[in-house]
Amino acid sequence: MGDNGLILGQRLAEWCGHGPILEQDIALTNISLDLIGQARLWLSLAGQIEGQGRDEDKLAYFRDANEFRHLNLCEQPNGHWGTTILRQFLFDAFHLPLLEQISKFDDPQLASIAQKCVKEVRYHLRWSSEWAVRLGDGTEESHEKMQQALADVWPFAGEAILANAFDLELAEINPAYNIQMVNKAWWSTVNDVFNQANLEVPAANWAPQKGREGIHTERLGFILAEMQFLPRAYPDAQW
Amino acid sequence: MNSKNWPLFEVFIRSKNGLSHKHVGSLHAADPAMALENARDVYCRRNEGVSIWVVPSDHITASDPGDAEELYEPARDKIYRHPTFYTIPDEIGHM
Repeated sequence: MGDNGLILGQRLAEWCGHGPILEQDIALTNISLDLIGQARLWLSLAGQIEGQGRDEDKLAYFRDANEFRHLNLCEQPNGHWGTTILRQFLFDAFHLPLLEQISKFDDPQLASIAQKCVKEVRYHLRWSSEWAVRLGDGTEESHEKMQQALADVWPFAGEAILANAFDLELAEINPAYNIQMVNKAWWSTVNDVFNQANLEVPAANWAPQKGREGIHTERLGFILAEMQFLPRAYPDAQW
Repeated sequence: MNSKNWPLFEVFIRSKNGLSHKHVGSLHAADPAMALENARDVYCRRNEGVSIWVVPSDHITASDPGDAEELYEPARDKIYRHPTFYTIPDEIGHM
């Protein structure tokens, strides 16, 4: 959860100052900051549970690519505005039902972080859905660009909603965790919005991705190089 | 995307319940739904409000600054119209 927020937040931050209009530049930066704020909570908790004295910054800035556990969808390039929108939408449609599930976990720390995130992510999904519909069902040119952008990001979405060994193991320990339910909710949102947006689900299969096991695409190295440079070059730098 | 063609909207925000909506600025948007979200993103980032109104700017009829003399000056010397002779109890709060 923390790495998803951190890496997608970092990606979205690349838009800062480059948005198509001022209002949307700010909208996207808000979402970026929401996600980075969420990442801070998750990573702090992870460091605390690990008990090795690593705080959020240590985890964010002093891990290498193969130690990151986010979905490879999050690290895919921004592309054009439509690509960013669709990557965000496919992520939000997964992020929200998962957070809703975690917000009902017995563990009070997990539940309270998720409850805070749910409110932010509900807006993210609303925002990305609206843009998907606006451009998908806009002009002939915007529709074509959206369908093409969808073909680019679609193969990475499968990793979010298909269970891996970790999901099955976790579901045994905690029956409140159910990736099939997230999968169902995701498809329902995707079908509903694509229907309004006049977008077709691409015929291409999911690309087998193992971001959650630390196997990432070549994109991640570039993100980390930029994100981690300063704290690595100046380890005692203060905010 | 050409935002030059997007109409202008005026944004009004209620900072808390019990107060009136107050004009805070304007923005461009393709339609009212987008204007509302833009207003949320641009003007409510620092906990400014609990309610937003957006109004297409061309729906606002404004007074002409050139008419100021006849519109406002006559009221200037009529202090008897101000309710300054009453004391307002503290409990009333905002008036």
